[in-house]
Amino acid sequence: MLEIRGLRASAGGKEILKGIDLTVNAGEIHAVMGPNGSGKSTLAQVLAGHPAYEVTAGEVLYEGNDLLDMDPEVRAQAGIFLAFQYPVEIPGISNAYFLRAAYNEIRKSKGLEEVDSMDFLDLLEQKLQLVEWGPEIMSRAVNSGFSGGEKKRNEILQMAVLEPRLAILDETDSGLDIDALRIVASGVNALRKPDNAIIIVTHYQRLLNYIVPDRVHVLSAGRIVRSGGKDLALELEARGYEWLEQEVGAAS
Amino acid sequence: MREAHLQELGLTLPVATAEAPDWLELVRKAAIDRFAATGFPTARDEEWRFTPIGPIAQGIWRRGTAPSGEVTREQLAPFIFGHPEWTTLVFVDGGYSEALSYTGELAAGVRAGSLAEALQADDALLEKHLARHASIETSPFTALSTAFMRDGGFLHVPADTDLTHPVHLIFVTTPEAAGSVTHPRNLVVIERGARASVIESYVSLAEGVSYWTNAVTEVIAGANSWIEHTRIQRESERAYHVGLTHVEQQRDSHYRSFTLAMGGALARHNLHARLSGENVETLMYGLYLTRGDQVVDNHTAIYHDQPNCRSWEVYKGVLDGRSRAVFNGKVFVKPEAQKTDAKQTNRNLLLSDTAKVDTKPQLEIFADDVKCTHGATVGRLDDLALFYARSRGVPAEKAQRLLTYAFAAEVTSEVVLEPVREELDRLVRERLGEM
Repeated sequence: MLEIRGLRASAGGKEILKGIDLTVNAGEIHAVMGPNGSGKSTLAQVLAGHPAYEVTAGEVLYEGNDLLDMDPEVRAQAGIFLAFQYPVEIPGISNAYFLRAAYNEIRKSKGLEEVDSMDFLDLLEQKLQLVEWGPEIMSRAVNSGFSGGEKKRNEILQMAVLEPRLAILDETDSGLDIDALRIVASGVNALRKPDNAIIIVTHYQRLLNYIVPDRVHVLSAGRIVRSGGKDLALELEARGYEWLEQEVGAAS
Repeated sequence: MREAHLQELGLTLPVATAEAPDWLELVRKAAIDRFAATGFPTARDEEWRFTPIGPIAQGIWRRGTAPSGEVTREQLAPFIFGHPEWTTLVFVDGGYSEALSYTGELAAGVRAGSLAEALQADDALLEKHLARHASIETSPFTALSTAFMRDGGFLHVPADTDLTHPVHLIFVTTPEAAGSVTHPRNLVVIERGARASVIESYVSLAEGVSYWTNAVTEVIAGANSWIEHTRIQRESERAYHVGLTHVEQQRDSHYRSFTLAMGGALARHNLHARLSGENVETLMYGLYLTRGDQVVDNHTAIYHDQPNCRSWEVYKGVLDGRSRAVFNGKVFVKPEAQKTDAKQTNRNLLLSDTAKVDTKPQLEIFADDVKCTHGATVGRLDDLALFYARSRGVPAEKAQRLLTYAFAAEVTSEVVLEPVREELDRLVRERLGEM
């Protein structure tokens, strides 16, 4: 589904990703871990097409197509979803209005008819249950005045409604209490289907107690320095990132 | 300024009529004397520094003999909104049209109608309030209005009365009024404990035609009254519009204003509120949408004369083309006005490289125990918000419109009365493009 080869990216002239190779197949969940500043959020944002990053080398194929050549909206329409680390507040438009606009744009891109607000409310009702929310949240302005946890939950709601094929969660677990973490995890697990893939970018192992990854990758200074199974995450939790960085440093 | 020059400007005093009461003649006389002494403001006048009123001052304006043009119900329909039961007073080219107006069911004692008709009855209420609050010294335009006013809306809601439905005043200009000036004049008296919503619409059937509207509205908010006042300015984009709204607020009153300005080659509106009693609340919301070569100027002044009052002001602008906006917000806090809580915000969104904003907050505070803040921003759409919308599948151009709409909707959503809020929303969408 996703093939990243030799990806290098920089922001403001500073190189952050220094050659990433990663393959994600349909049905898989990958965890990308690493210390602060390792480039893991940059990787997530580059995949979604964030304009602040410049890709300087490498290629990314998504379902066989050149992802880097696609505008952010085209990527979304093709099934890519980034749950933001810092979801953006948009005062002035309601959560329902924004989400329906997005939902309809994705439908339009597939040649499907737009849904009206009544039909959309029906759809929303099921998805709201998934994140254990009542309908009130939908009349509030997008993320405006939301708590940190509410914002993350709102990302999961959007993901549940838009049903992406490849979801990328950028530190969705950070700052969440245990209940919110459980809700986020159940939202992600609901998306887990043989056709879909999920990339979880996280600093900590604890989300992985709820969502079991197929592969774990450790990013350090813009490179993947180790890949392994789910046990690698536990090892990192027990030993921290330093031992790995030292080991890698000694090897190179 | 000599009488001959005034005549040349078409500004000769109307011949005294038998119907006009004596006190009004005195008021008019003082006003014309005032204007003769000051003339039009110039660019040297601080209050008018950014407002190019040359075309008004140098123009020759016929005084409208309303109605100069005919207006059908069908032509008026696009400007009417809300409930059919709403009392709607229509003025064509400055004069009251009985045929187009509609008076719905009104609570006992409420008067809503033409000011000119009310003046013929010459009651003490008019003598007490008309031209007593909006001083002829406010600006030369106010003096002109007082000298030449002929008609407009008159609304009186007696004490402890709920108006229930709003009263909508519609001032429509026809193509036949090209080259003329009208001086719509409104008086709104809401007595102690009463509750009312008033809407003023300045609209045009004369797109592409130049005329000049010089409007003045006086609002008296009695003790413990509640008023929502909406002003929709959609003049022809070749028209000139100068307006003053003066609000006099007595103790415990709540006055909230929303002004939408989207018409006019040059449109200037002054909104002044005097908080002359304790525990008053004043909310001023505004939105201006400009394009082409439009110049839209909003001046607000809040006079905190008494302690324990709160004023809250948010004006936002969306500017396109080579248009220009001016915002000047003054807050005056008297020495006795302790515990004043005043906040003023002006935010501008530029959609083009050639649009321009002059924004100036002005706080003059003479009390020490107060909370007064202000902030002004001029900028573009947030890149991160654009990316956020695009990352959800919304195409770039549509995301821009969505966020522009959101910027405007944040302030229109403050309107309490739902049908008014929906109409403002519709006008914003129509102007910014469907989303």
